[in-house]
Amino acid sequence: MSHVLVIYTDDEPGVLTRVAMLFRRRGFNIHSLTVGPTERVHVSRMTVVVDTDEATARRAVEHLRKLVNVLEVQQLGHGRNVVRDLALLRVSTRQGRSEVLQLVQVFRANVVDIADDSVVIECTGSLGKIEALVDSLRPFGILELGRTGAVAMARGLRSEDSNRLAAVATVAPGSSGAMSV
Amino acid sequence: MDRTGAQIIWECLLREGVETVFGYPGGAILPTYDAMTEYPIRHVLVRHEQSAVHMADGFARASGRTGVVVATSGPGATNLVTGLATAMLDSIPLVAITGQVGSGLLGTDAFQEVDITGITLPITKHNYLVTRAQDIAPAIREAFAVASSGRPGPVLVDITKDAQQGRATLDWEGAAPTRHLRHIPPSPSQVDLDRALAMINAAQRPVILAGHGIQLSGARAEVLALAELAQIPFAETLLGLGAVPASHVLSLGMMGMHGESWVNQAIQEADLLIALGMRFDDRVTGRLKEYAPNALKIHVDIDASEINKLVPVDVPLGGDLKQVLQAMLPSVKAADHTPWLERIRSWRGDSAVRDIKNLPDDGHLYAAHVMHDLWKITKGEAVVVTDVGQHQMWEAQYYHHDGERSLITSGGAGTMGFALPAAIGAKLARPEAEVWVVAGDGGFQMTFAELMTAVQEGVKVNIAIINNGYLGMVRQWQALFYEGRYAATPILSPDFVKLAGAFGIHGERVEKRSDLEAAVARARQQPGTALIEFKVEQEDSVYPMVAAGAALHDMIRRPSPSPIAETGADPV
Ligand SMILES: Cc1ncc(C[n+]2csc(CCOP(=O)(O)OP(=O)(O)O)c2C)c(N)n1
Ligand SMILES: [Mg+2]
Repeated sequence: MSHVLVIYTDDEPGVLTRVAMLFRRRGFNIHSLTVGPTERVHVSRMTVVVDTDEATARRAVEHLRKLVNVLEVQQLGHGRNVVRDLALLRVSTRQGRSEVLQLVQVFRANVVDIADDSVVIECTGSLGKIEALVDSLRPFGILELGRTGAVAMARGLRSEDSNRLAAVATVAPGSSGAMSV
Repeated sequence: MDRTGAQIIWECLLREGVETVFGYPGGAILPTYDAMTEYPIRHVLVRHEQSAVHMADGFARASGRTGVVVATSGPGATNLVTGLATAMLDSIPLVAITGQVGSGLLGTDAFQEVDITGITLPITKHNYLVTRAQDIAPAIREAFAVASSGRPGPVLVDITKDAQQGRATLDWEGAAPTRHLRHIPPSPSQVDLDRALAMINAAQRPVILAGHGIQLSGARAEVLALAELAQIPFAETLLGLGAVPASHVLSLGMMGMHGESWVNQAIQEADLLIALGMRFDDRVTGRLKEYAPNALKIHVDIDASEINKLVPVDVPLGGDLKQVLQAMLPSVKAADHTPWLERIRSWRGDSAVRDIKNLPDDGHLYAAHVMHDLWKITKGEAVVVTDVGQHQMWEAQYYHHDGERSLITSGGAGTMGFALPAAIGAKLARPEAEVWVVAGDGGFQMTFAELMTAVQEGVKVNIAIINNGYLGMVRQWQALFYEGRYAATPILSPDFVKLAGAFGIHGERVEKRSDLEAAVARARQQPGTALIEFKVEQEDSVYPMVAAGAALHDMIRRPSPSPIAETGADPV
């Protein structure tokens, strides 16, 4: 069963190592991990998809909450999230470019590069959609596949709720620039 | 005022209330050592950096204050690793400051460059690499806050040489830490408190599991109030010994692998376990599937990740133990559990255990004798610092600790070599206390160079070496589980009396129980550190014992017939 955790952290060198190390050390199996900046300065946001049971996911949350660099951890409820992954695929067009392009349309993906005998396709969507696209294109020959891992957000949050999180996330970092590794 | 980074380090330590640090100098920390002489802080020069951490650890365990370590880069820093892991596993507040190569050389494999923040990531609560003088104060202040708040633990601050040499203004207020407050555990919900109270008030066969958290939270009075009000007996973990008094009528004794059989029995038959600041380590639960099968479980811990980790509980109470108990106590109903207490008492009487301390003095000396007699002679009032092995378990069984912070031992990590340095730290924290080292012949040989530290610093500790000629605890496992193949466990020792002489301290050897009392008296009278080597029965084992992976009630008893008779009665 996969669980989606959203982790707000200080934007400092080494924080990713701390989070990754925690997952490794406690034996939590990471399916994907993405990290990027947020609407707030000095705050990063990670989306981690873990393959585990509910109890273990909850324990992972409690462990994450012990990291000094972690501001807040949310475990997204099932079904009430937007989960998006970005994939780039280089697909051979030797067996028919038009069929490939048709599939691109069906999946509402985009062609972002065209070469002699291949195209690069960009697709954003749920994990399921991307997997379906990959499966459909496989017979044509996938020459290269790159995926970002999931970015996720809860659906239907009222603005107060998001503000509360923002408040948590902007507790001033105590060290003015002491680099945490 | 403009200061060097090195001065800022000492200024911060001073303002944090630090009076003593334990350390060892070297190139990358030299600017800091150079500035040290300007500050009224005592520096204890150790003989190995691992011992510096154990000393700071002993200092912290004895006093409740954060211990401080200073070391150089590279090998100085890597020598801290075992000590930090020891402190991490036992939740001891420490701050370790290490020198690092200049920031321009970071990542170049410079002379004595080691990625110590990388190495210590999983064995510290947090760590820092500081490369600028102005970042030193915020890092050190936060390190102290992180080390001592919530569930305590060690924190390492790695400071490059140029940061120590650079200049900055010390903005103490501006460096006030806040991030350690991010995850202070919430108080448990009223719903959970009420559920816990209902269970406590309804229980027929309750047992309190008393752990180290009682000490860390300062919750002794609240735990005793709960126990007395509702007449709930309590069993202690190794680190819980002394957190609650052993002589209390409701105290059962130590639980677990070498716990008392009646204690484990009580846990297995309980209908309610109230776990207070303990973490269901495998050494106290035995086989999890068969652990306390009939009991509802309430677990209070400040570290929410400990709750439901190994033993699923019915009521999780994340929070500071003292506060949680204070919230519950007004609603705890007075109860009478006489039948239950009687039942446990009958097991206690029936268990022809391992009571060798009443034996006539037949010329053999047993470690249990030594522990028992030491307890009597010191009236149970000494601070005992043990090493790791059989002697550690005998100490736990036969030295009954009433006072808080009176037993200092490496529980989670089981680090041999811990005792002597930790005892030196403990004595420095509590100069008025009588401090005893109880160490095996094996473990003592790991760190006995610190005898010279004790001499140089004028520290008096009393040392009992339990010499059985073996790495006894491992030999015991070989005897029980490896058909008696004693691979690499017989160990020779130097002449400990001569060794004491070489260090210029008092030393003597005891081979008969009848000589024990006088020898202990002489050691206590010595103004300086004194050492007694006790030559004990070589192949004695610690009983009872729950084999690793066996159910808690499935205890191996002292084999009978045995050269050692058992009396069953609790001697006085
Ligand atoms: C640093 C370290 N190395 C190895 C061990 C494994 N170990 C646990 S107890 C023990 C034997 C200890 O022997 P000794 O110090 O003589 O004490 P005894 O058990 O004989 O009382 C050993 C080797 C350990 N706990 N710590
Ligand atoms: Mg030994």
